[in-house]
Amino acid sequence: MPEVATTRREFLKGTAALVVSFSIDKHQTAGAQAGAPPKSISTEQVDGFIGINTKGEVTVFAGKVDLGTGVRTAFAQIAAEELDVPFAAVTVIQGDTALTPDQGMTSGSFSIQNGGSQIRQAAATAREALLSMAAEKLKVEPSDLAVSNGTITSNATHRSVSYSALIGGKNFSLKVDKAATVKDPSHFKIVGRSIPRVDIPGKVTGQFIYMQDFRLPGMLHGRVVRPSGIGATLQSIEEDSVNDIPGVIRVVHLGNFVGVIAETEWGAVQASRRLKVIWSPWEGLPDQSSLWEHVRATKILKEDVTSDVGAVTAALPRGATRLRATYDFAIQTHGSIGPSCSVAQFKDGALTCWSASQATHALRKQLAAMLSLPEDQVRCIYLDGSGCYGRNGHEDAAGDAALLSRAVGRPVRVQWMREDEHGWDPKGPPTLIDLDAALDAKGNLIAWTSAFFLPVGAATPVALVAATLANLPREMDIGPGGILNDTAIPYTVPNIRTVAHRLETTPLRPAWIRAPGRMQNTFANESFLDELATAAGADPLAFRLRHLKDTRGAELLERLAAVAMWERAGVKPRDHGARLATGRGLAFVKYELVRTYVGVVADVEIDRTTGEIRVKRFFVVQDCGQIINPDGVKNQIEGNIVQTVSRTLMEQVTFNRSRVTSLDWGSYRIIGFPEVPDVVIELIDRPHEKPWGSGEPSASVVPAAISNAIFAATGVRLRSVPFTPNKVKAAMARS
Amino acid sequence: MTRSIALSVNGQTARVMVDDPNMPLLYALRNDLGLRGPRFGCGLGQCGACTVHMDGNAVRSCITPLSLVGDHSIVTLEGLGTPEKPHPMQQAFIDEQAVQCGYCINGMIMEAAAFLAKTRKPSDPQIREALASNLCRCGTHLRILRAVKRAAAQT
Repeated sequence: MPEVATTRREFLKGTAALVVSFSIDKHQTAGAQAGAPPKSISTEQVDGFIGINTKGEVTVFAGKVDLGTGVRTAFAQIAAEELDVPFAAVTVIQGDTALTPDQGMTSGSFSIQNGGSQIRQAAATAREALLSMAAEKLKVEPSDLAVSNGTITSNATHRSVSYSALIGGKNFSLKVDKAATVKDPSHFKIVGRSIPRVDIPGKVTGQFIYMQDFRLPGMLHGRVVRPSGIGATLQSIEEDSVNDIPGVIRVVHLGNFVGVIAETEWGAVQASRRLKVIWSPWEGLPDQSSLWEHVRATKILKEDVTSDVGAVTAALPRGATRLRATYDFAIQTHGSIGPSCSVAQFKDGALTCWSASQATHALRKQLAAMLSLPEDQVRCIYLDGSGCYGRNGHEDAAGDAALLSRAVGRPVRVQWMREDEHGWDPKGPPTLIDLDAALDAKGNLIAWTSAFFLPVGAATPVALVAATLANLPREMDIGPGGILNDTAIPYTVPNIRTVAHRLETTPLRPAWIRAPGRMQNTFANESFLDELATAAGADPLAFRLRHLKDTRGAELLERLAAVAMWERAGVKPRDHGARLATGRGLAFVKYELVRTYVGVVADVEIDRTTGEIRVKRFFVVQDCGQIINPDGVKNQIEGNIVQTVSRTLMEQVTFNRSRVTSLDWGSYRIIGFPEVPDVVIELIDRPHEKPWGSGEPSASVVPAAISNAIFAATGVRLRSVPFTPNKVKAAMARS
Repeated sequence: MTRSIALSVNGQTARVMVDDPNMPLLYALRNDLGLRGPRFGCGLGQCGACTVHMDGNAVRSCITPLSLVGDHSIVTLEGLGTPEKPHPMQQAFIDEQAVQCGYCINGMIMEAAAFLAKTRKPSDPQIREALASNLCRCGTHLRILRAVKRAAAQT
């Protein structure tokens, strides 16, 4: 019988699992001497981004955070490359409002493109400064110096000096120089290589500390109790109903915000289930069976014209062929595997909040506003959570924890239950798109117009659920994300007009989910383009090339044709009436019309009897400019394809007149291993070009490629995501 | 009423004080024993993030009440291996870089390790079927499959 461990500490000693106690001040002085001013968090200052300690170890301070994408590793590669230090010498601190610069929200595939470029420039400035310091110290010209492994050596005298001797533990006190020379990519040794991710060994052995693992001494556990309807109000609450549950400390209610706090997590879970609460009846949601009529009837606040060339109204009727179609894309949820979680510590009028938020600097402002605190009394610290594909529930859990901690004056950890996550995280809004286009007698596209029904707003902070329920200061406008992007198309058409009708509201609280708008809009555009290619009797690839005046895009499509062995035969539905039909479809995007290019070919199989679609394979070619870590890019692409196959085939939030009803993985199904397609990837690396994003672009082309493949297989157009078996069977019956 | 329950976890016997014998094992592992491998995903036995081995079988600790654990032997991700001495399945996940956010990965490794212990030289469809009840949202499936195949090739 082994020794009996009686405490958690003894148990952990026995398993050799270290108790990592977090010191929030651990990195406070990372790049500064004692007595120096607090660490700079300015994006203008080298010290904002880079610290070098007395051992020559480099700390990168990044406002952009690793949401499971691997940017922690990529940032370290970029800094190590520019500074000429070993990769292993670099540590990355992320998303701490007291330590890291505000680089904006981690979204939109901008972490490398913008965040990484800022870090690169700061590192290049630091390197130039170190070279001047070394030149002075070694009494040589900077041009005589070479750097290797953080040591600067004179070619002439062979004398050398290390970074640590020059700056170790001291501030640079230097502005980031936008003109500082960055390294010529031909000399890259670390950037462009598939360096293994630094977080993976800890993640596969249970050593890594996720948000959900974080604990503080004296910490209590909280759970929220949400209204029975989204707009329901609290009628009565029986606080005594949870008195018999051991460890329950407090029932907190503020307006319609209700939460329970207990000494143990299980106590809090039980209390949240057994608390007797009566809510007013509320049935303010539309009838889901007539969602699209509801969307079409929603008040339009304004029109955003995203492209306008020629005279489309006059041109449309002059075509030899005219096509019209309507596409729609369902409401979807993030579906992070781990529900949102946060720990908040309200103490002496100040709040410290640990969160997996994609935007800790913005969250800080939101929490300060909600609690009517000065911003400098709030600190938010990022810890990796479960995968985040946009604005999910992380920020809301932080709001919940902050209110509960304030109520008891002790640290409180809130973790949402599965039904909280599925029910209350913000949703990708429903999207409805009307298209109308004309071809001339030769099959050339001469006019294209489209109208998108999109909720008003942009990627602005989304009001915290706690602030809304408790009626505390908050954002009053909705923020669905940058969903106007990719409403316009990358093709050259003489007459074109694309318009977004911006709707006053949308049924469920909206926010951005991976490739927000870009995915829905590209689904409609690239599927409708396929319809036009068919009408023109043209091969879909040749039709795209004919209308694409963009050499980089054209090169990509040619590479795709080679990789996928695309037969330029034109899509002729091969409908032999067999039960299983197979087909392939193509889609292309130039992300937001200004960056990453992606082309994909999907091979699908469809069962006419059951209406089930099986996506067998995706071929992907991507050009995102300079690649920092090829395997990291491939990991993102694989994730984009698999996740979006899931969104395309099966995902749809359901709701009744009161609330969301798809509250678990049974009612909101996502893809499983047996259904996952193979993914074949070719990357076009352009080391001398700007690095562009990879986190989203390849997701945006997936729905159209599948729709086009199904048309190729059966001659049936699927214009409504998700392509559920029932919809497929109905579409077959109509054709 | 609070009482002490003995659990056999990762080769050690540990005592935990519990108020409710129906509390799922997951809460004792994470909060009382400070383990981080098994993770709360759904609390419904639907996603697999909480998977541990009980006498070598993969079980969902989020729906396994403590009262059913008795003296069955529990092994968590930490008991499988460490960063210094990883289990072959953990090493295969590192080699294949089979992680995005990694929140589900505990379940993938525990499920796959239990499966491989019973199935020699599994086919691709067998591996997919074995992992069919483990959900991943990041879309890391293809890497996970490659990792399991790599580990299978070494056994």
